[in-house]
Amino acid sequence: MKGTVKVDDALCKGCALCIPVCPKGLLRIATERFNARGVHPAELDDPAELCTGCEMCAVACPEAAITVYRAVKA
Amino acid sequence: MAVELLKGNVAFAEAAVRAGCEAYFGYPITPQTEALEHMARRMPELGRVFVQAESEVAAINMVYGAAAAGMRTMTSSSSPGVSLMMEGLSYMAGSEVPAVLVDIMRGGPGLGNIAPAQSDYLQIVKGGGHGDYKMIVLAPATVQEMIDLTLLAFDLADRYRIVSVLLADGSMGQMMEGAELPPMRPLAERPDWALTGARGRDTNLVSSIHLDPEEEEAFNLRLQAKFAEIEAREVRCEEHLLDDARVAVVAFGTAARVAKTAIAGLRAEGVAVGLLRPITLWPYPEDALRALAERVDTLLVVEMNAGQMVEDVRRIVEGRVPVRFYGRTGGVMPMPEEIADAIREAASAGHAAGASDADAPALEVPA
Amino acid sequence: MTVQAPEPLLTPVYQYPESLTHVPTHYCPGCTHGVAHRLIAEVIDEMGIRQDTIGVASVGCSVFSYRYFATDFAQAAHGRAPAMATGVKRANPDKLVFTYQGDGDLASIGAAEILHAAVRGEHITVFFINNAIYGMTGGQMAPTTLDGQKTTSSPRGRDAATTGAPLRMSELLAQVDGAAYVVRRSLHDVVQIRRAKKAIRRALEVQQQGLGFAMVELLSSCPTNWGLKPDEALAFIRDEMVPVFPLGDFKLPDEATTGASA
Repeated sequence: MKGTVKVDDALCKGCALCIPVCPKGLLRIATERFNARGVHPAELDDPAELCTGCEMCAVACPEAAITVYRAVKA
Repeated sequence: MAVELLKGNVAFAEAAVRAGCEAYFGYPITPQTEALEHMARRMPELGRVFVQAESEVAAINMVYGAAAAGMRTMTSSSSPGVSLMMEGLSYMAGSEVPAVLVDIMRGGPGLGNIAPAQSDYLQIVKGGGHGDYKMIVLAPATVQEMIDLTLLAFDLADRYRIVSVLLADGSMGQMMEGAELPPMRPLAERPDWALTGARGRDTNLVSSIHLDPEEEEAFNLRLQAKFAEIEAREVRCEEHLLDDARVAVVAFGTAARVAKTAIAGLRAEGVAVGLLRPITLWPYPEDALRALAERVDTLLVVEMNAGQMVEDVRRIVEGRVPVRFYGRTGGVMPMPEEIADAIREAASAGHAAGASDADAPALEVPA
Repeated sequence: MTVQAPEPLLTPVYQYPESLTHVPTHYCPGCTHGVAHRLIAEVIDEMGIRQDTIGVASVGCSVFSYRYFATDFAQAAHGRAPAMATGVKRANPDKLVFTYQGDGDLASIGAAEILHAAVRGEHITVFFINNAIYGMTGGQMAPTTLDGQKTTSSPRGRDAATTGAPLRMSELLAQVDGAAYVVRRSLHDVVQIRRAKKAIRRALEVQQQGLGFAMVELLSSCPTNWGLKPDEALAFIRDEMVPVFPLGDFKLPDEATTGASA
């Protein structure tokens, strides 16, 4: 795993601006659940562990809701 | 320090410098521009802040900013410019920042003229801008008082986190009299609520927003309690020849000066007249006025306007005694002879049975 | 924070900025005010200046910006932020002072205040959020509204013949000698957002270096009042606003000739 992201449900407004910016299309709107705001939040959908931690989703996010992780060499 | 011949506008400006005013923001407007020019020379000499703003709107907002940063700061203007400042004054009241405003009143309304007037009493004494608030209002009648009340204005502003206003007129601003300036005071420390960068502390906010109505009401009630404290402690007035007076003149500032001349002449004729001169217009010397109303036959309010303070006098005495009014407006100065005539008329009408405020002419203009 | 690191091997390389307060914002979903706030906070973090920075909030959708930034803050009257910031900065010459203003605040009611802050070369940094509309009050025409753009106070579309053409503030202020750094950037895609962040940083450095007045105009979206979805709104910026408000550098520090003394 090169990288991953976590979307903070408490901050996400479901604006979906992160969805199209991911170069690998790994983000989705979780239409099957709601967050405490009553919106469908965004979440990572990356079963094949393709995320590189490129940060583009975090750059696009108006709520600073996305934390980005990368594998760092020891 | 020695007595020197000082122009009123220069006196209050230099008094502010001595009081530790660190920032002056203003805009030229007659009849107070000498103050701006004095500050333009003095403040840079002392390494302090001077800005000629692009308008009075900008000036009062610069004052708001420097005050929010905890600096002793002031502006000065005249009636039309002060009208532009009303928004800023309301914001400052709503965020409880201290500052000093000097208003050198002139004839109006509108552009009016540059002659002395007192026609902004209601505007300033009742707050002026929107919302439930007051400013401390100090009314000098001599150049020495311009100095002393400027020092007091800064002290009261800081003590109560309120705007203090020195309310004078073009005549006070332009006249030259012997007066003494105090020595230079040391500069004050920034208060802990001020905006100075949150190093080593939590962040500070200076704002007048209270979106929730109940929070806004709670804030307003806190302001009202503050105003009640000021009313209890900070009233100042002069009682001149009132011990045996049958007629009492009530006047402030230049009108009171001219009335004193009239009174001196009438006393020589044996007329029992005196003067109650409020020095604080807010808080108003209500107790002194009510006590006076119990003992005199009539009150005569003399103002350089169409009748403004007289409304407060009538409200405060609650019909105990007839209240008459004599005024000149539009920048016209009343002369001692006119005031003397008005006093004589008031003295002869006296506390006549059935005499009431309705019997008193609202405004007398000589033929 | 409600987020846990998923694996011990992975290191957070991007996290919620320290200079934001964790208070969820009231901005609409997809509103780029959030992006602008985030960028400013990231830059303040990276420059290490949070405790030496004082912001001046204006009136508009961003009226509550003081809730979101973890710095000292003042709330100014509508349009008056540059004048209030003048007072704050002159009282604190060694601190960093910024204003955050929308197009009504800066280009309409505050036109005199912003112009003269630039004229005096005030050592402040202005972040100008241009979304071509008045958001907070429900979508009225702004001085920056595009010709033909429908708003609640130009329901048939703005008619330049009677209400004038959109006002380009960056070009206007760049002509003023006291302006040291005046640039326009956009927030409509990741590339532009990264460029905007660099400009925000430069604008604060210009203040630190005492070079004069600095402003970054940021083309921003208003999905709600434009009647567009968030991603459509970003496309509107790219396709409709950028041709009217060209991106670029209008004044750079080597051209600055005067600046207000601190």
